[in-house]
Amino acid sequence: MSYKYTLPHFFCLIVCLITLTGCTSLRGTGDLGVVIERASGSVQIVETTGRTRLQQITGLGDLSHASIVYSRDERYAYVFGRDGGLSKIDILEGKLVKRVIQAGNSIGGAISQDGKLIAVSNYSPGGVKVFKADTLELVADIPATYGKLGERSKVVGLVDAPGQMFVFSLYDAGEIWVADLKQPTMPKVKKFKNIGTQPYDALITEDGRYYIAGLFGEDGLSLLDLWNIDKQPKRILSGYGRGEKKLPVYKMPHLEGWAVAGEHAFLPAIGHNEVLAVNRNNWKQRGRIKVYGQPVFAMAQPDGRHVWVNFAFPNNDTVQVIDTEQLKVVKTLKPGKAVLHMEFTPRGEHVWVSVRDEDLIKVYDTRTFKEISRLSADKPSGIFFAARAHRIGL
Amino acid sequence: MHNFLLLALLVLVAAPCYSMADISLTRQLELRHLLKHDCGSCHGMSLKGGLGPALTEDVLMKKPRQMLLATILEGRPGTPMPPWKTFLTTEEANWLLDVLLQGQSDVL
Ligand code: HEC
Repeated sequence: MSYKYTLPHFFCLIVCLITLTGCTSLRGTGDLGVVIERASGSVQIVETTGRTRLQQITGLGDLSHASIVYSRDERYAYVFGRDGGLSKIDILEGKLVKRVIQAGNSIGGAISQDGKLIAVSNYSPGGVKVFKADTLELVADIPATYGKLGERSKVVGLVDAPGQMFVFSLYDAGEIWVADLKQPTMPKVKKFKNIGTQPYDALITEDGRYYIAGLFGEDGLSLLDLWNIDKQPKRILSGYGRGEKKLPVYKMPHLEGWAVAGEHAFLPAIGHNEVLAVNRNNWKQRGRIKVYGQPVFAMAQPDGRHVWVNFAFPNNDTVQVIDTEQLKVVKTLKPGKAVLHMEFTPRGEHVWVSVRDEDLIKVYDTRTFKEISRLSADKPSGIFFAARAHRIGL
Repeated sequence: MHNFLLLALLVLVAAPCYSMADISLTRQLELRHLLKHDCGSCHGMSLKGGLGPALTEDVLMKKPRQMLLATILEGRPGTPMPPWKTFLTTEEANWLLDVLLQGQSDVL
Protein backbone atom coordinates (compact mmCIF):
# COMPACT_ATOMS: atom_id res chain seq x y z
CA MET A 1 0.00 0.00 0.00
CA SER A 2 1.37 3.36 -0.88
CA TYR A 3 0.03 5.73 1.66
CA LYS A 4 1.18 9.12 2.83
CA TYR A 5 1.01 9.53 6.56
CA THR A 6 0.03 13.07 7.32
CA LEU A 7 -0.50 14.66 10.68
CA PRO A 8 -4.32 14.34 10.54
CA HIS A 9 -3.97 10.63 9.75
CA PHE A 10 -1.72 10.16 12.68
CA PHE A 11 -4.15 12.03 14.86
CA CYS A 12 -7.00 9.85 13.65
CA LEU A 13 -5.01 6.73 14.44
CA ILE A 14 -4.38 7.88 17.96
CA VAL A 15 -8.03 8.71 18.47
CA CYS A 16 -9.00 5.29 17.20
CA LEU A 17 -6.57 3.53 19.45
CA ILE A 18 -7.79 5.48 22.42
CA THR A 19 -11.50 4.96 21.87
CA LEU A 20 -11.03 1.39 20.63
CA THR A 21 -14.01 1.84 18.36
CA GLY A 22 -11.90 1.12 15.30
CA CYS A 23 -11.48 3.20 12.19
CA THR A 24 -14.06 1.29 10.18
CA SER A 25 -17.60 2.53 10.09
CA LEU A 26 -20.33 0.65 11.92
CA ARG A 27 -22.02 -2.18 10.07
CA GLY A 28 -24.50 -4.96 10.65
CA THR A 29 -23.88 -8.64 10.01
CA GLY A 30 -27.10 -9.62 8.22
CA ASP A 31 -25.38 -9.86 4.85
CA LEU A 32 -22.30 -11.66 6.09
CA GLY A 33 -21.46 -15.31 5.79
CA VAL A 34 -18.77 -17.86 6.45
CA VAL A 35 -17.16 -20.18 3.91
CA ILE A 36 -15.36 -23.28 5.16
CA GLU A 37 -11.97 -23.96 3.59
CA ARG A 38 -11.83 -27.63 4.38
CA ALA A 39 -8.25 -28.52 3.60
CA SER A 40 -6.49 -25.62 5.26
CA GLY A 41 -8.52 -25.48 8.47
CA SER A 42 -9.57 -21.92 7.84
CA VAL A 43 -12.76 -20.01 7.18
CA GLN A 44 -13.45 -16.94 5.09
CA ILE A 45 -15.83 -14.23 6.12
CA VAL A 46 -17.71 -12.99 3.09
CA GLU A 47 -20.28 -10.32 2.37
CA THR A 48 -23.17 -10.96 0.01
CA THR A 49 -24.16 -7.40 -0.97
CA GLY A 50 -21.00 -6.53 -2.87
CA ARG A 51 -20.00 -10.21 -3.04
CA THR A 52 -16.55 -9.81 -1.57
CA ARG A 53 -14.25 -11.59 0.84
CA LEU A 54 -13.64 -9.70 4.02
CA GLN A 55 -11.32 -11.75 6.14
CA GLN A 56 -9.81 -15.15 6.75
CA ILE A 57 -9.55 -16.90 10.10
CA THR A 58 -7.03 -19.72 10.38
CA GLY A 59 -6.13 -22.39 12.89
CA LEU A 60 -9.50 -24.10 13.18
CA GLY A 61 -8.27 -27.70 12.81
CA ASP A 62 -9.71 -30.41 10.54
CA LEU A 63 -12.68 -28.82 8.83
CA SER A 64 -13.70 -31.64 6.52
CA HIS A 65 -17.43 -31.99 6.99
CA ALA A 66 -17.55 -28.83 9.11
CA SER A 67 -20.75 -26.95 9.81
CA ILE A 68 -21.79 -23.74 11.49
CA VAL A 69 -24.57 -22.22 13.57
CA TYR A 70 -24.99 -18.53 14.40
CA SER A 71 -25.68 -16.66 17.62
CA ARG A 72 -29.01 -14.88 17.53
CA ASP A 73 -27.34 -11.48 17.37
CA GLU A 74 -25.69 -12.74 14.16
CA ARG A 75 -22.29 -11.73 15.43
CA TYR A 76 -20.77 -15.05 16.41
CA ALA A 77 -20.47 -18.23 14.41
CA TYR A 78 -19.85 -21.58 16.07
CA VAL A 79 -17.78 -23.88 13.89
CA PHE A 80 -18.03 -27.64 14.40
CA GLY A 81 -14.93 -29.38 13.07
CA ARG A 82 -14.37 -33.01 12.27
CA ASP A 83 -11.58 -33.32 14.83
CA GLY A 84 -13.95 -32.55 17.70
CA GLY A 85 -13.00 -28.89 17.74
CA LEU A 86 -15.66 -26.32 18.64
CA SER A 87 -14.63 -22.80 17.69
CA LYS A 88 -16.43 -19.55 18.36
CA ILE A 89 -15.58 -16.83 15.89
CA ASP A 90 -16.52 -13.17 15.79
CA ILE A 91 -17.55 -12.39 12.21
CA LEU A 92 -17.65 -8.62 12.81
CA GLU A 93 -14.09 -8.42 14.02
CA GLY A 94 -12.88 -11.37 12.03
CA LYS A 95 -11.23 -13.24 14.84
CA LEU A 96 -11.27 -16.45 16.80
CA VAL A 97 -12.81 -15.88 20.23
CA LYS A 98 -12.47 -19.30 21.79
CA ARG A 99 -11.73 -22.86 20.76
CA VAL A 100 -12.14 -26.12 22.66
CA ILE A 101 -11.48 -29.71 21.64
CA GLN A 102 -14.49 -31.48 23.03
CA ALA A 103 -14.35 -34.98 21.51
CA GLY A 104 -12.29 -37.16 19.20
CA ASN A 105 -14.51 -36.99 16.18
CA SER A 106 -17.59 -34.89 15.69
CA ILE A 107 -20.15 -34.28 13.03
CA GLY A 108 -22.34 -31.25 13.66
CA GLY A 109 -24.07 -28.99 16.11
CA ALA A 110 -27.05 -26.87 17.00
CA ILE A 111 -27.93 -23.79 19.03
CA SER A 112 -30.80 -23.74 21.53
CA GLN A 113 -34.00 -21.74 21.07
CA ASP A 114 -32.85 -19.09 23.56
CA GLY A 115 -29.38 -18.95 22.02
CA LYS A 116 -27.66 -19.79 25.29
CA LEU A 117 -26.62 -23.38 24.65
CA ILE A 118 -24.55 -25.03 21.93
CA ALA A 119 -24.93 -28.77 21.41
CA VAL A 120 -22.39 -30.86 19.50
CA SER A 121 -22.99 -34.36 18.15
CA ASN A 122 -20.07 -36.75 18.25
CA TYR A 123 -19.09 -39.94 16.47
CA SER A 124 -16.48 -40.90 19.01
CA PRO A 125 -17.06 -41.07 21.82
CA GLY A 126 -20.65 -41.28 20.57
CA GLY A 127 -22.99 -38.79 22.18
CA VAL A 128 -23.98 -35.15 22.53
CA LYS A 129 -22.22 -32.53 24.59
CA VAL A 130 -23.80 -29.23 25.54
CA PHE A 131 -21.87 -26.02 26.12
CA LYS A 132 -22.62 -22.48 27.29
CA ALA A 133 -22.78 -20.33 24.18
CA ASP A 134 -20.87 -17.44 25.72
CA THR A 135 -17.95 -19.24 27.37
CA LEU A 136 -18.00 -22.70 25.72
CA GLU A 137 -17.99 -24.24 29.19
CA LEU A 138 -19.37 -27.78 29.28
CA VAL A 139 -22.80 -27.96 30.93
CA ALA A 140 -24.10 -31.41 30.03
CA ASP A 141 -22.83 -34.65 28.56
CA ILE A 142 -25.30 -37.12 27.04
CA PRO A 143 -23.53 -40.36 26.08
CA ALA A 144 -25.36 -42.26 23.34
CA THR A 145 -25.28 -45.64 25.05
CA TYR A 146 -27.56 -48.39 23.84
CA GLY A 147 -28.12 -52.14 24.02
CA LYS A 148 -27.36 -54.57 26.80
CA LEU A 149 -23.61 -54.10 26.57
CA GLY A 150 -23.88 -50.34 26.80
CA GLU A 151 -22.13 -49.66 23.51
CA ARG A 152 -21.95 -46.10 22.24
CA SER A 153 -23.52 -45.08 19.00
CA LYS A 154 -22.44 -42.45 16.52
CA VAL A 155 -24.81 -39.51 16.70
CA VAL A 156 -26.18 -37.83 13.57
CA GLY A 157 -28.91 -35.37 12.60
CA LEU A 158 -28.70 -33.09 15.65
CA VAL A 159 -31.12 -30.14 15.51
CA ASP A 160 -32.70 -27.65 17.90
CA ALA A 161 -36.43 -27.73 18.56
CA PRO A 162 -38.76 -25.30 20.34
CA GLY A 163 -38.86 -25.60 24.13
CA GLN A 164 -35.09 -25.78 24.67
CA MET A 165 -34.95 -29.20 23.05
CA PHE A 166 -32.31 -30.91 21.00
CA VAL A 167 -33.29 -33.86 18.83
CA PHE A 168 -30.81 -36.34 17.36
CA SER A 169 -30.47 -39.87 15.94
CA LEU A 170 -28.28 -42.81 16.89
CA TYR A 171 -26.80 -44.32 13.72
CA ASP A 172 -25.70 -47.63 15.21
CA ALA A 173 -28.71 -48.08 17.47
CA GLY A 174 -31.55 -46.97 15.20
CA GLU A 175 -32.98 -44.62 17.83
CA ILE A 176 -34.19 -41.01 18.01
CA TRP A 177 -33.60 -39.12 21.24
CA VAL A 178 -35.25 -35.89 22.37
CA ALA A 179 -33.29 -34.02 25.04
CA ASP A 180 -35.03 -31.32 27.05
CA LEU A 181 -32.55 -28.79 28.40
CA LYS A 182 -34.82 -26.40 30.24
CA GLN A 183 -32.57 -27.19 33.15
CA PRO A 184 -29.25 -27.22 31.32
CA THR A 185 -27.30 -29.30 33.82
CA MET A 186 -30.06 -31.89 34.11
CA PRO A 187 -31.12 -32.91 30.62
CA LYS A 188 -34.30 -35.01 30.42
CA VAL A 189 -33.97 -37.48 27.59
CA LYS A 190 -36.83 -39.27 25.87
CA LYS A 191 -35.75 -42.21 23.71
CA PHE A 192 -37.54 -43.72 20.75
CA LYS A 193 -36.29 -47.18 19.81
CA ASN A 194 -36.63 -49.18 16.57
CA ILE A 195 -37.12 -46.11 14.43
CA GLY A 196 -35.39 -47.78 11.43
CA THR A 197 -31.96 -49.07 10.43
CA GLN A 198 -28.97 -46.76 10.23
CA PRO A 199 -30.39 -43.25 10.38
CA TYR A 200 -27.67 -41.21 8.62
CA ASP A 201 -28.93 -37.63 8.89
CA ALA A 202 -32.09 -35.75 9.80
CA LEU A 203 -33.90 -32.46 9.48
CA ILE A 204 -36.58 -30.55 11.31
CA THR A 205 -39.34 -28.67 9.50
CA GLU A 206 -39.04 -24.91 9.64
CA ASP A 207 -41.89 -24.65 12.15
CA GLY A 208 -40.07 -27.02 14.48
CA ARG A 209 -42.83 -29.60 14.46
CA TYR A 210 -41.62 -32.62 12.47
CA TYR A 211 -38.25 -34.31 12.84
CA ILE A 212 -37.41 -36.55 9.87
CA ALA A 213 -34.50 -38.99 9.86
CA GLY A 214 -33.26 -40.55 6.61
CA LEU A 215 -32.46 -44.26 6.80
CA PHE A 216 -29.48 -45.85 5.10
CA GLY A 217 -30.39 -49.44 5.92
CA GLU A 218 -33.84 -49.36 4.39
CA ASP A 219 -35.91 -47.38 1.92
CA GLY A 220 -37.86 -44.76 3.78
CA LEU A 221 -37.61 -42.16 6.49
CA SER A 222 -38.66 -41.94 10.10
CA LEU A 223 -40.98 -39.10 11.11
CA LEU A 224 -41.39 -37.83 14.66
CA ASP A 225 -44.20 -35.37 15.45
CA LEU A 226 -42.92 -33.16 18.25
CA TRP A 227 -46.41 -31.80 18.90
CA ASN A 228 -47.47 -35.32 19.78
CA ILE A 229 -44.39 -36.50 21.57
CA ASP A 230 -46.16 -39.47 23.17
CA LYS A 231 -46.53 -41.20 19.83
CA GLN A 232 -43.79 -43.38 18.30
CA PRO A 233 -42.12 -42.01 15.17
CA LYS A 234 -43.71 -43.48 12.05
CA ARG A 235 -42.14 -44.76 8.88
CA ILE A 236 -42.83 -42.69 5.76
CA LEU A 237 -42.09 -43.38 2.08
CA SER A 238 -41.06 -46.87 3.08
CA GLY A 239 -41.34 -48.36 -0.36
CA TYR A 240 -39.80 -45.72 -2.60
CA GLY A 241 -37.22 -47.94 -4.23
CA ARG A 242 -38.89 -51.27 -3.79
CA GLY A 243 -37.90 -53.90 -6.30
CA GLU A 244 -35.23 -51.67 -7.77
CA LYS A 245 -31.57 -52.22 -7.27
CA LYS A 246 -30.01 -49.69 -4.96
CA LEU A 247 -26.93 -48.04 -6.40
CA PRO A 248 -23.78 -47.87 -4.32
CA VAL A 249 -23.60 -44.62 -2.37
CA TYR A 250 -20.32 -42.73 -2.74
CA LYS A 251 -21.33 -39.86 -0.52
CA MET A 252 -24.03 -39.74 2.14
CA PRO A 253 -26.84 -37.28 1.34
CA HIS A 254 -27.55 -34.37 3.67
CA LEU A 255 -31.00 -33.58 4.92
CA GLU A 256 -30.15 -30.22 6.42
CA GLY A 257 -31.98 -27.45 4.65
CA TRP A 258 -35.63 -28.30 4.57
CA ALA A 259 -36.65 -28.10 0.95
CA VAL A 260 -40.30 -27.27 1.03
CA ALA A 261 -42.23 -25.49 -1.67
CA GLY A 262 -46.00 -25.17 -1.69
CA GLU A 263 -47.50 -28.38 -0.43
CA HIS A 264 -44.44 -30.42 -1.39
CA ALA A 265 -41.28 -31.31 0.38
CA PHE A 266 -38.25 -32.49 -1.59
CA LEU A 267 -35.87 -35.13 -0.29
CA PRO A 268 -32.81 -36.87 -1.74
CA ALA A 269 -33.51 -40.56 -2.44
CA ILE A 270 -30.56 -42.53 -1.09
CA GLY A 271 -29.16 -45.08 -3.53
CA HIS A 272 -31.21 -43.74 -6.43
CA ASN A 273 -30.71 -41.00 -9.01
CA GLU A 274 -33.87 -39.30 -7.86
CA VAL A 275 -35.34 -36.55 -5.73
CA LEU A 276 -38.58 -37.49 -3.98
CA ALA A 277 -41.49 -35.06 -3.89
CA VAL A 278 -43.67 -35.64 -0.85
CA ASN A 279 -47.08 -34.26 0.01
CA ARG A 280 -46.47 -32.58 3.32
CA ASN A 281 -50.03 -32.93 4.55
CA ASN A 282 -50.11 -36.72 4.54
CA TRP A 283 -46.41 -37.55 3.91
CA LYS A 284 -47.32 -39.62 0.85
CA GLN A 285 -45.11 -39.70 -2.20
CA ARG A 286 -46.23 -37.25 -4.89
CA GLY A 287 -43.56 -37.92 -7.47
CA ARG A 288 -40.07 -39.13 -8.16
CA ILE A 289 -37.93 -36.74 -10.14
CA LYS A 290 -35.15 -38.28 -12.24
CA VAL A 291 -31.92 -36.38 -11.80
CA TYR A 292 -28.33 -36.56 -13.02
CA GLY A 293 -26.87 -38.54 -10.14
CA GLN A 294 -27.41 -39.35 -6.50
CA PRO A 295 -28.46 -36.16 -4.77
CA VAL A 296 -26.43 -34.87 -1.82
CA PHE A 297 -28.29 -31.63 -1.07
CA ALA A 298 -31.78 -30.73 -2.31
CA MET A 299 -32.33 -27.13 -1.28
CA ALA A 300 -35.34 -24.91 -1.94
CA GLN A 301 -34.89 -21.32 -2.98
CA PRO A 302 -36.34 -19.08 -0.26
CA ASP A 303 -39.32 -18.29 -2.53
CA GLY A 304 -39.90 -22.01 -3.12
CA ARG A 305 -39.94 -21.63 -6.90
CA HIS A 306 -37.02 -24.01 -7.49
CA VAL A 307 -35.14 -26.73 -5.72
CA TRP A 308 -31.38 -26.88 -6.40
CA VAL A 309 -29.65 -30.23 -6.26
CA ASN A 310 -26.00 -31.28 -6.21
CA PHE A 311 -24.64 -34.81 -6.56
CA ALA A 312 -22.32 -37.43 -5.16
CA PHE A 313 -19.07 -38.65 -6.73
CA PRO A 314 -18.62 -39.25 -9.68
CA ASN A 315 -21.39 -36.86 -10.77
CA ASN A 316 -20.31 -34.00 -8.56
CA ASP A 317 -19.52 -31.53 -11.33
CA THR A 318 -23.19 -30.77 -11.88
CA VAL A 319 -26.06 -28.84 -10.31
CA GLN A 320 -29.66 -29.29 -11.43
CA VAL A 321 -32.63 -27.04 -10.85
CA ILE A 322 -36.08 -28.54 -10.33
CA ASP A 323 -39.24 -26.56 -11.05
CA THR A 324 -41.44 -27.17 -8.02
CA GLU A 325 -44.70 -26.78 -9.93
CA GLN A 326 -43.89 -29.02 -12.88
CA LEU A 327 -41.82 -31.42 -10.73
CA LYS A 328 -39.10 -31.69 -13.33
CA VAL A 329 -35.57 -30.57 -14.03
CA VAL A 330 -35.55 -27.25 -15.90
CA LYS A 331 -31.86 -26.41 -15.86
CA THR A 332 -28.54 -28.25 -15.69
CA LEU A 333 -25.43 -26.32 -14.72
CA LYS A 334 -21.79 -27.43 -14.72
CA PRO A 335 -20.07 -25.29 -12.11
CA GLY A 336 -16.95 -27.51 -12.13
CA LYS A 337 -15.32 -30.42 -10.36
CA ALA A 338 -16.58 -31.29 -6.88
CA VAL A 339 -19.56 -29.07 -6.15
CA LEU A 340 -19.99 -29.48 -2.39
CA HIS A 341 -22.58 -27.00 -1.16
CA MET A 342 -25.04 -24.29 -2.12
CA GLU A 343 -26.39 -21.38 -0.07
CA PHE A 344 -29.03 -18.82 -1.01
CA THR A 345 -28.90 -15.15 -0.14
CA PRO A 346 -31.59 -14.40 2.46
CA ARG A 347 -34.33 -13.61 -0.07
CA GLY A 348 -32.99 -15.89 -2.73
CA GLU A 349 -31.91 -13.68 -5.64
CA HIS A 350 -28.52 -15.39 -5.72
CA VAL A 351 -27.09 -18.77 -4.88
CA TRP A 352 -23.48 -19.31 -3.88
CA VAL A 353 -21.98 -22.61 -4.98
CA SER A 354 -18.69 -24.04 -3.67
CA VAL A 355 -16.54 -25.84 -6.23
CA ARG A 356 -13.85 -27.61 -4.23
CA ASP A 357 -11.43 -28.77 -6.88
CA GLU A 358 -11.41 -25.42 -8.66
CA ASP A 359 -10.84 -23.48 -5.43
CA LEU A 360 -13.79 -21.27 -6.31
CA ILE A 361 -17.11 -20.01 -5.09
CA LYS A 362 -19.42 -19.32 -8.02
CA VAL A 363 -22.42 -17.07 -7.59
CA TYR A 364 -25.48 -17.56 -9.82
CA ASP A 365 -28.53 -15.43 -10.43
CA THR A 366 -31.50 -17.65 -9.54
CA ARG A 367 -33.76 -16.14 -12.25
CA THR A 368 -31.42 -16.25 -15.24
CA PHE A 369 -29.19 -19.12 -13.98
CA LYS A 370 -26.23 -17.06 -15.18
CA GLU A 371 -22.98 -16.95 -13.27
CA ILE A 372 -22.51 -13.40 -12.00
CA SER A 373 -19.41 -13.55 -9.79
CA ARG A 374 -16.67 -15.79 -8.55
CA LEU A 375 -14.54 -15.63 -5.46
CA SER A 376 -11.45 -17.65 -4.76
CA ALA A 377 -11.34 -19.93 -1.74
CA ASP A 378 -9.04 -22.78 -0.70
CA LYS A 379 -10.94 -26.07 -1.25
CA PRO A 380 -14.28 -24.55 -0.21
CA SER A 381 -16.99 -26.76 1.23
CA GLY A 382 -19.87 -25.45 3.37
CA ILE A 383 -21.22 -21.92 2.87
CA PHE A 384 -23.28 -20.50 5.73
CA PHE A 385 -24.95 -17.09 5.68
CA ALA A 386 -25.78 -15.27 8.89
CA ALA A 387 -29.51 -15.21 8.08
CA ARG A 388 -29.55 -18.79 9.36
CA ALA A 389 -29.39 -17.32 12.86
CA HIS A 390 -33.14 -16.94 13.02
CA ARG A 391 -34.25 -20.22 11.56
CA ILE A 392 -35.21 -23.27 13.60
CA GLY A 393 -33.05 -26.26 12.80
CA LEU A 394 -30.21 -24.39 11.07
CA MET B 1 3.08 -25.36 -12.52
CA HIS B 2 1.44 -26.35 -9.28
CA ASN B 3 0.98 -29.89 -10.56
CA PHE B 4 4.56 -30.04 -11.64
CA LEU B 5 5.71 -29.11 -8.14
CA LEU B 6 3.51 -31.79 -6.66
CA LEU B 7 4.94 -34.31 -9.08
CA ALA B 8 8.45 -33.36 -8.16
CA LEU B 9 7.57 -33.70 -4.50
CA LEU B 10 6.06 -37.11 -5.13
CA VAL B 11 9.27 -38.34 -6.66
CA LEU B 12 11.15 -37.13 -3.63
CA VAL B 13 9.06 -38.82 -0.96
CA ALA B 14 9.62 -42.50 -0.39
CA ALA B 15 6.87 -43.82 -2.62
CA PRO B 16 5.05 -47.07 -1.86
CA CYS B 17 6.56 -50.16 -3.34
CA TYR B 18 3.57 -51.81 -4.97
CA SER B 19 3.59 -51.83 -8.76
CA MET B 20 5.07 -48.38 -8.91
CA ALA B 21 5.93 -48.93 -12.51
CA ASP B 22 2.35 -49.59 -13.54
CA ILE B 23 0.79 -46.44 -12.13
CA SER B 24 1.74 -43.14 -13.67
CA LEU B 25 2.65 -40.26 -11.43
CA THR B 26 -0.37 -38.30 -12.64
CA ARG B 27 -2.62 -41.18 -11.70
CA GLN B 28 -0.90 -41.45 -8.31
CA LEU B 29 -1.79 -37.83 -7.67
CA GLU B 30 -5.39 -38.51 -8.65
CA LEU B 31 -5.50 -41.50 -6.33
CA ARG B 32 -4.17 -39.49 -3.40
CA HIS B 33 -6.75 -36.83 -4.13
CA LEU B 34 -9.48 -39.48 -4.20
CA LEU B 35 -8.25 -40.92 -0.91
CA LYS B 36 -8.20 -37.58 0.85
CA HIS B 37 -11.45 -36.14 -0.42
CA ASP B 38 -13.72 -38.94 -1.61
CA CYS B 39 -12.75 -41.72 0.80
CA GLY B 40 -12.33 -38.85 3.25
CA SER B 41 -16.00 -37.88 3.00
CA CYS B 42 -16.79 -40.99 5.07
CA HIS B 43 -13.46 -41.85 6.72
CA GLY B 44 -12.51 -38.26 7.56
CA MET B 45 -10.17 -36.12 5.48
CA SER B 46 -7.20 -37.18 7.58
CA LEU B 47 -8.64 -40.73 7.52
CA LYS B 48 -8.93 -40.82 11.30
CA GLY B 49 -12.51 -41.95 11.04
CA GLY B 50 -15.98 -40.57 10.41
CA LEU B 51 -19.05 -42.59 9.56
CA GLY B 52 -16.55 -45.18 8.35
CA PRO B 53 -13.74 -46.40 10.66
CA ALA B 54 -10.24 -44.92 10.85
CA LEU B 55 -7.96 -46.06 8.03
CA THR B 56 -4.76 -45.41 9.95
CA GLU B 57 -1.81 -47.82 9.74
CA ASP B 58 -2.15 -49.06 13.33
CA VAL B 59 -5.74 -50.15 12.67
CA LEU B 60 -5.18 -51.64 9.22
CA MET B 61 -1.95 -53.45 10.06
CA LYS B 62 -3.85 -55.92 12.21
CA LYS B 63 -6.19 -56.94 9.41
CA PRO B 64 -5.71 -59.42 6.56
CA ARG B 65 -4.68 -57.61 3.43
CA GLN B 66 -6.89 -59.68 1.14
CA MET B 67 -9.92 -58.76 3.22
CA LEU B 68 -9.05 -55.05 3.04
CA LEU B 69 -8.48 -55.28 -0.70
CA ALA B 70 -11.82 -57.02 -1.19
CA THR B 71 -13.50 -54.37 0.96
CA ILE B 72 -12.18 -51.58 -1.25
CA LEU B 73 -13.03 -53.29 -4.53
CA GLU B 74 -16.32 -54.95 -3.64
CA GLY B 75 -17.57 -52.78 -0.79
CA ARG B 76 -19.33 -54.21 2.27
CA PRO B 77 -22.98 -55.00 1.68
CA GLY B 78 -25.25 -53.83 4.47
CA THR B 79 -22.88 -50.99 5.36
CA PRO B 80 -22.28 -47.66 3.58
CA MET B 81 -18.87 -48.86 2.28
CA PRO B 82 -19.41 -48.83 -1.52
CA PRO B 83 -17.54 -50.94 -4.11
CA TRP B 84 -14.82 -49.00 -5.92
CA LYS B 85 -14.03 -51.48 -8.66
CA THR B 86 -15.69 -49.32 -11.31
CA PHE B 87 -13.20 -46.57 -10.53
CA LEU B 88 -10.12 -48.49 -9.37
CA THR B 89 -8.18 -51.41 -10.83
CA THR B 90 -6.87 -54.11 -8.50
CA GLU B 91 -3.38 -52.61 -8.88
CA GLU B 92 -4.64 -49.18 -7.93
CA ALA B 93 -6.49 -50.51 -4.90
CA ASN B 94 -3.33 -52.33 -3.84
CA TRP B 95 -1.34 -49.17 -4.29
CA LEU B 96 -3.84 -47.26 -2.10
CA LEU B 97 -3.53 -49.97 0.54
CA ASP B 98 0.24 -49.54 0.50
CA VAL B 99 -0.15 -45.83 1.00
CA LEU B 100 -2.49 -46.48 3.93
CA LEU B 101 -0.38 -49.22 5.49
CA GLN B 102 2.72 -47.07 5.31
CA GLY B 103 0.90 -44.17 6.92
CA GLN B 104 1.61 -41.95 3.94
CA SER B 105 -1.85 -40.75 3.15
CA ASP B 106 -1.03 -37.23 4.33
CA VAL B 107 2.19 -36.82 2.42
CA LEU B 108 0.55 -34.45 -0.02
C1 HEC C 1 -20.14 -43.62 1.71
C2 HEC C 1 -19.19 -43.80 2.75
C3 HEC C 1 -17.82 -44.41 2.45
C4 HEC C 1 -16.94 -44.05 1.46
C5 HEC C 1 -17.08 -42.94 0.43
C6 HEC C 1 -15.79 -44.92 1.62
N1 HEC C 1 -15.97 -45.76 2.68
FE1 HEC C 1 -14.67 -47.24 3.29
N2 HEC C 1 -16.00 -47.81 4.73
C7 HEC C 1 -17.20 -47.18 5.01
C8 HEC C 1 -17.81 -47.83 6.14
C9 HEC C 1 -19.14 -47.44 6.80
C10 HEC C 1 -16.96 -48.89 6.52
C11 HEC C 1 -17.16 -49.88 7.66
C12 HEC C 1 -17.97 -51.05 7.17
C13 HEC C 1 -18.32 -51.99 8.29
O1 HEC C 1 -19.10 -51.58 9.15
O2 HEC C 1 -17.80 -53.11 8.29
C14 HEC C 1 -15.83 -48.84 5.61
C15 HEC C 1 -14.74 -49.72 5.65
C16 HEC C 1 -13.59 -49.61 4.90
C17 HEC C 1 -12.42 -50.45 5.03
C18 HEC C 1 -12.26 -51.61 6.00
C19 HEC C 1 -11.70 -51.07 7.28
C20 HEC C 1 -11.58 -52.08 8.36
O3 HEC C 1 -11.05 -51.71 9.41
O4 HEC C 1 -11.99 -53.24 8.18
C21 HEC C 1 -11.49 -50.00 4.14
C22 HEC C 1 -10.09 -50.54 3.91
C23 HEC C 1 -12.10 -48.87 3.45
N3 HEC C 1 -13.36 -48.68 3.93
C24 HEC C 1 -11.44 -48.14 2.47
C25 HEC C 1 -12.05 -47.13 1.74
C26 HEC C 1 -11.41 -46.46 0.62
C27 HEC C 1 -9.99 -46.74 0.14
C28 HEC C 1 -12.31 -45.56 0.14
C29 HEC C 1 -12.16 -44.62 -1.04
C30 HEC C 1 -11.71 -45.22 -2.30
C31 HEC C 1 -13.51 -45.66 0.97
N4 HEC C 1 -13.32 -46.61 1.92
C32 HEC C 1 -14.65 -44.86 0.80
C33 HEC C 1 -17.75 -46.10 4.33
C34 HEC C 1 -17.20 -45.48 3.21
